[in-house]
Amino acid sequence: MSEIILKSIKKSYTETPAVWGLDLHIEEGQFLTILGPSGCGKTTTLRLIAGLEDPDEGEIIIGDRILFSREKGIYVPPEKRQLGLIFQSYALWPHMTVAKNISLGLEEKRLPKDEIERRVSQVLQQVQLSEYRDRYPSELSGGQQQRVAVARMIAAEPIIILMDEPLSNLDAMLRVDMRAELKHLHHDLSATTVYVTHDQVEAMTLSDKIAVMMEGELRQLGTPREIYSKPADLFVARFVGSPRINIIEGRIVSETDADYFHAETLRKPVGSGLDFGVGQVIATIRPEDIHVSKTERRGWLEVLVYSVLPTGAETIVTIQKETLSLAIKLGGFTDIEMNDAIWVDFDAAKMNYYDPKTEKLLRSV
Amino acid sequence: MFASLQKRGSDLNSLKFNLAKLRYRPNIILSILFLVVFSFLVIAPLLQIIYTSLTYQSNDLRLVRDATVGDFTLYHYFRVFTGRLSRALFYKPFVNSLVVGFGVTTMAMVLGTLLAWVIVRTDVPLKRFFGAVMVIPYMMPSWVIALAWLTIFQNGRVGGTPGMLTSMFGIIPPDWVSYGLFPIVICLGLHYYSYSFLLVSGALWTIDSQLEEAGAIAGLTKPAVLRKITFPIVIPALGSAFVLTFTRSMGTFGTPALLGLPVRFFTVPTQIFASISARNFGDGFVLALVLVVMAAVAIFINSKIIGSRKSFVTMKGKGFTSKPNRLGVWRYPIAGLILLFLLMAVALPVIILAWSTLMLLPGDYSLSNMTNHFWFGGSDFMIASGQEGIFRNPGIWGGVWNSVRLGISAAVINGFLGLLIGYTVVRTRGSKLSKSLEGMSFAPYVFPSIALGAIYLGMFAKPIGPIPALYGTFALLVLIVVVKNMPFSSRSGISAILQIDPSLEDAARIQGVPWFKGFRKVIFPLATSGFIAGMLLTFITAMRELSLLILLVTPKTRVLTTIIFAYQDQDQTQHANGVTLILLFIIVIANVLVSRFYGTKSVFGLSNT
Ligand SMILES: Nc1ncnc2c1ncn2[C@@H]1O[C@H](COP(=O)(O)OP(=O)(O)OP(=O)(O)O)[C@@H](O)[C@H]1O
Ligand SMILES: [Mg+2]
Repeated sequence: MSEIILKSIKKSYTETPAVWGLDLHIEEGQFLTILGPSGCGKTTTLRLIAGLEDPDEGEIIIGDRILFSREKGIYVPPEKRQLGLIFQSYALWPHMTVAKNISLGLEEKRLPKDEIERRVSQVLQQVQLSEYRDRYPSELSGGQQQRVAVARMIAAEPIIILMDEPLSNLDAMLRVDMRAELKHLHHDLSATTVYVTHDQVEAMTLSDKIAVMMEGELRQLGTPREIYSKPADLFVARFVGSPRINIIEGRIVSETDADYFHAETLRKPVGSGLDFGVGQVIATIRPEDIHVSKTERRGWLEVLVYSVLPTGAETIVTIQKETLSLAIKLGGFTDIEMNDAIWVDFDAAKMNYYDPKTEKLLRSV
Repeated sequence: MFASLQKRGSDLNSLKFNLAKLRYRPNIILSILFLVVFSFLVIAPLLQIIYTSLTYQSNDLRLVRDATVGDFTLYHYFRVFTGRLSRALFYKPFVNSLVVGFGVTTMAMVLGTLLAWVIVRTDVPLKRFFGAVMVIPYMMPSWVIALAWLTIFQNGRVGGTPGMLTSMFGIIPPDWVSYGLFPIVICLGLHYYSYSFLLVSGALWTIDSQLEEAGAIAGLTKPAVLRKITFPIVIPALGSAFVLTFTRSMGTFGTPALLGLPVRFFTVPTQIFASISARNFGDGFVLALVLVVMAAVAIFINSKIIGSRKSFVTMKGKGFTSKPNRLGVWRYPIAGLILLFLLMAVALPVIILAWSTLMLLPGDYSLSNMTNHFWFGGSDFMIASGQEGIFRNPGIWGGVWNSVRLGISAAVINGFLGLLIGYTVVRTRGSKLSKSLEGMSFAPYVFPSIALGAIYLGMFAKPIGPIPALYGTFALLVLIVVVKNMPFSSRSGISAILQIDPSLEDAARIQGVPWFKGFRKVIFPLATSGFIAGMLLTFITAMRELSLLILLVTPKTRVLTTIIFAYQDQDQTQHANGVTLILLFIIVIANVLVSRFYGTKSVFGLSNT
């Protein structure tokens, strides 16, 4: 009933397109996050779904209803799309009380008065703001305003929930709390949700699926796990994960027993089942997939420690060797010190290889 | 065959799509409708006067034997620019207008700038009070001071009653003091200084006084700081003030008419009035076109200046501290001077007008001559040609009623249209509709009032298609006032809408609230303060409008301003002055009421462009 289908959506404000040929299928009840750097078209995509902007081309379908199609002559305005949207700025009406903010949309549905009243009380209770019902938005804290926005949205019982960086105006602590609340909310309402953020931690923690966008194009759609461990291209690889993924230029060499990846003095077998010929490639490995030893081990690479950066839960060790520069993530604290010589080894199974020209993931053939 | 069917189908679908969009966004339809009607109201008149100026009119038949009415001719242009009468018709009035323009602008800018600097940037006492009172002349019709001037300086030589100076002190002022260029410049200067004051004080507010301090620390003397730091920042505002004051004073009608016509001192606007009154429409329209072209040029220059002014706005630093310049021992003398100035420009005219209405015989200032006849008296054929006192005079009450309902209708219509235009312009930014709406609503600005009045007179004298001849109807007055005020009301509509975060409206849409209700429940209440201020401004402008209406009123539709003008013309000074006071009173009441109810502080800051 409430799956969302975007078919080759194009939208430009100026000559440079804001969204370019976007195809996206969001399944019913799914929590999809659109992730990408600033200006990549996330908000635009959300506004297109909401109907606040019109695509230049393409179709938008929710459930079995076409909401937008220039070709078929169909236009459903936002007020008839039955969506909920949380704005980055919350967009509470400053001249109305909290209760009025919530009830305005309900009045439009021609609900009986006591039903409206019941729903207002219920949603306010749900967001724990019952005693604030007669306040004006300017008399509330940022977090409370956010919750009013949530209350206003859920009161209308939308089948689709859209959120545009709803947490970006909150301080770090509150953000973590609200993250949990939003996830819970999605669980309770089980409404299809599209969530926009440029914060990858939010994306990883909340989503069933993540859509990574860049310059108006969809770069990868997948589960958080896929996005993290099998980035479809180098952009996604670099964008997701902190510290950044390690990137190593090298080449594939075919040896008697198997294919090997060579970079400087490093030599790793290319995982079994993979076979994409020989030549220049770019390999990636996550900082936590590099093993470290303080004593010499056979076949491991000897490197010099450049810096040690403990954060408490983990320590980032960076190393340099000739053109190779790597970040390594270790759990907890470590007694490795700057300028120590250590030995490192890569988890071959966790390495990905990319075409240096297209920067796309090389998959087995 | 199939392909063409498909093509038809897709055309149909795109039509269907656009109709569906329009159904949910009726403001687009309203705005397009407005654009069409408005083009008709602005472009058509312009074409009409160009056409009229290029063809023979029935009035020309007396002078040109072989002419046929409606034939193309450059006759009017030759007559106005090169013919035997061109000196009297064009060159003298034009030069007079230029001299008036420069004189008034110089005086107004010197006054306005000095006052602005003293009030904004020094420690002069009573700052707040001065700032508030300083803009009062802007509220009054520009010719009130001229009426007061006549009451004092009229010399009786060109007929009419002598003024105060003659009757009280026996001094007969020479003609150049009583009438013509000199008093016109003084009276207009005392009115138009408010433009420079508003613009320059606005610019001065943005100057970081740290800049001035930095100058002082760098070893600049006070005058040098003024010259090298303050002045360059204020220059763009001064430029705007110059252009505005100059065009306004060139195009103004009331004061030159009151002070110039008795001695046949014509400016372009009064010459237009004279030509049109003599039914020489061709001549009048050629002259009107001259004013239109001049105003268009001025607006172009002004937009260039404002364009470059934007770069100065960034001067507003973070550490804004407005540390006033110390006047030292001059603090109180300067405050005294300002007070004296205000007395002359604001209080004195009103007092003199009031006093003059209490005299039975004009010019006799003895107590025994005091009377309330002109306010409360019945008809007495010995006095004032039998005119009843102001409060018993149905003609005047009719004028009050007409003026007030004109003001209110215009305010309401302009307010709503302005808001709607502002909404559409802002929400469709970047589109053709947005640009043409904004441009079109600004277009009436190029028409000097008297010229627009002349144009409407020509255009609505006979029926146009389904529209009946509007001449002589009240609706025509409302129409022209609405058109004339559209630049201001759409401006204030735009700025009111700009202050509303678009996501507030998006949120209403998402919550299922349709367009009109969203407009009513969200946009409208949030835009209200700007909206009310804009309405008040329109009301006041409509109330004090003379030159726009003088060619269009008929005995039935007379408004206060034209009544005043007529009384003055018939030398019934007391009635003219008394009605002026009533007009001022209504304006003040409106202003007080609105600021009481809506807490809008100063509506006049809005209108300085
Ligand atoms: N109303 C508009 N007019 C013109 N260009 C726009 C408009 N809205 C967005 N754009 C442009 O479209 C592109 C995508 O904008 P969008 O707001 O979707 O980015 P975003 O991914 O949400 O960025 P952010 O993370 O900064 O919010 C940007 O290049 C932006 O400049
Ligand atoms: Mg955004």
